[in-house]
Amino acid sequence: MAVEAGLKIELGKQGVFVTTIEELYNWGRRSSIWPMQFGLACCAIEMIATTMARYDLARFGAEVFRPSPRQADLMIVSGTVTKKMAPQVVRLYNQMAEPRYVIAMGACAISGGPFKQGYNVLKGIDRYIPVDVHIPGCPPRPEALMHAFITLQEKIDGQHLTGEGRPRHLDAQAQGEFPVPVFGEHDLEPASNPGVWPAPVVIQGSGVRGQAEGFRRGGWRGSGNSKS
Amino acid sequence: MKTVEEIKAAIEAAVPGAGVEIVPNPSVSGQHSLRLTPSHAVAVAMFLRDELLFDYLSNVTGVDWPDKEVGEKVKVTRTVTRTVDGVDQAVEETVEETRKRVQPGCLEAVYHLYSVALKQGPLTIRMRTVNRTDQVELPSLTPVWRSAEFQEREIFDLFGIVFTGHPDLRRLLMWDSFKDHPMRRDYVEPDDFEYEPTAHDEVLARAQAHRSRE
Repeated sequence: MAVEAGLKIELGKQGVFVTTIEELYNWGRRSSIWPMQFGLACCAIEMIATTMARYDLARFGAEVFRPSPRQADLMIVSGTVTKKMAPQVVRLYNQMAEPRYVIAMGACAISGGPFKQGYNVLKGIDRYIPVDVHIPGCPPRPEALMHAFITLQEKIDGQHLTGEGRPRHLDAQAQGEFPVPVFGEHDLEPASNPGVWPAPVVIQGSGVRGQAEGFRRGGWRGSGNSKS
Repeated sequence: MKTVEEIKAAIEAAVPGAGVEIVPNPSVSGQHSLRLTPSHAVAVAMFLRDELLFDYLSNVTGVDWPDKEVGEKVKVTRTVTRTVDGVDQAVEETVEETRKRVQPGCLEAVYHLYSVALKQGPLTIRMRTVNRTDQVELPSLTPVWRSAEFQEREIFDLFGIVFTGHPDLRRLLMWDSFKDHPMRRDYVEPDDFEYEPTAHDEVLARAQAHRSRE
């Protein structure tokens, strides 16, 4: 049960600290996100810059870049995902322990970017794995990546530990392993994972509609309160 | 630097039967290139490297020349039966006809050579395969210039030219089980046009075709 903000401050002045398990739990989770240390293309340079002294990602508790997916909470897909690389990215994601989150960084990772119509670039990593935060940019500036971090922290903060929108590690029914695409003769097989990415409906002439509904309708469990 | 004509003459003096052709470049740069016969290419390349000191191969690329339908006008004389003054007569008549003929395509590899020793270049040499389906072999120039290795692998991957004598001919960019050659003009990309929010022109047509199939 949540405590009123005013009452909480008042109690704090008297030396009494009140919180809820959920708040404490989410505070802990959001304050020490360990990203996985891997980069795919030029966006990785901006990601590296974000972690260095000038932008100092450590202020958000995310400075511990782990070289192993087993120890990481966050996958920053920083750069172009080629079709040859996509199975490895999905495999790495599968190897991460819950709770795990994904930031798709830059135009290529979210849609294929300038290489969208190419023969060897995946049209967005969200075709295979659930993405929590998309940041556009080519590449996004470090500030944009920090904004993505803050957005992710807000998302984690807003997750309830019970109910429909609970994190996947608290949901026994949630999908844990995502199918790794295999190299086919002409393309990756399958070309997308419909359970993760139901193709959004494009209505010609009046812009894109039904995109958010599309994601919500067929999206992965736990995306119900997604802000992305 | 020697002109391509001089280089051609030097090659023909050194390698008998080399069969070098000059491919003229009509642009202002006038960088004419030499087309080598595949059977003599390695010998010519060795000569270019060792005698003319073209010691640096900067670039190798491929060109796809698809089968082309050419129409040519020919004058044909034939006998026609005509009724002249009520009598049937056989008359010779010359007509101009347009005949269509398929010019067979080929695959081409283009090499850009420089001489670091003489501060000269570039010299462009080319080789053509017989066709673009089953006879796609060309001699590898990797034994002559080591820097051709990855670029020939890339051409093998994207154009499908098989370089005989290459030390390690595998696909470079695409995976091994991939069957197509994406840089060929007749490459058909996979039909993944299910979501094109800002489609226009060719992409729009592909996206509409995809939707109409659903």
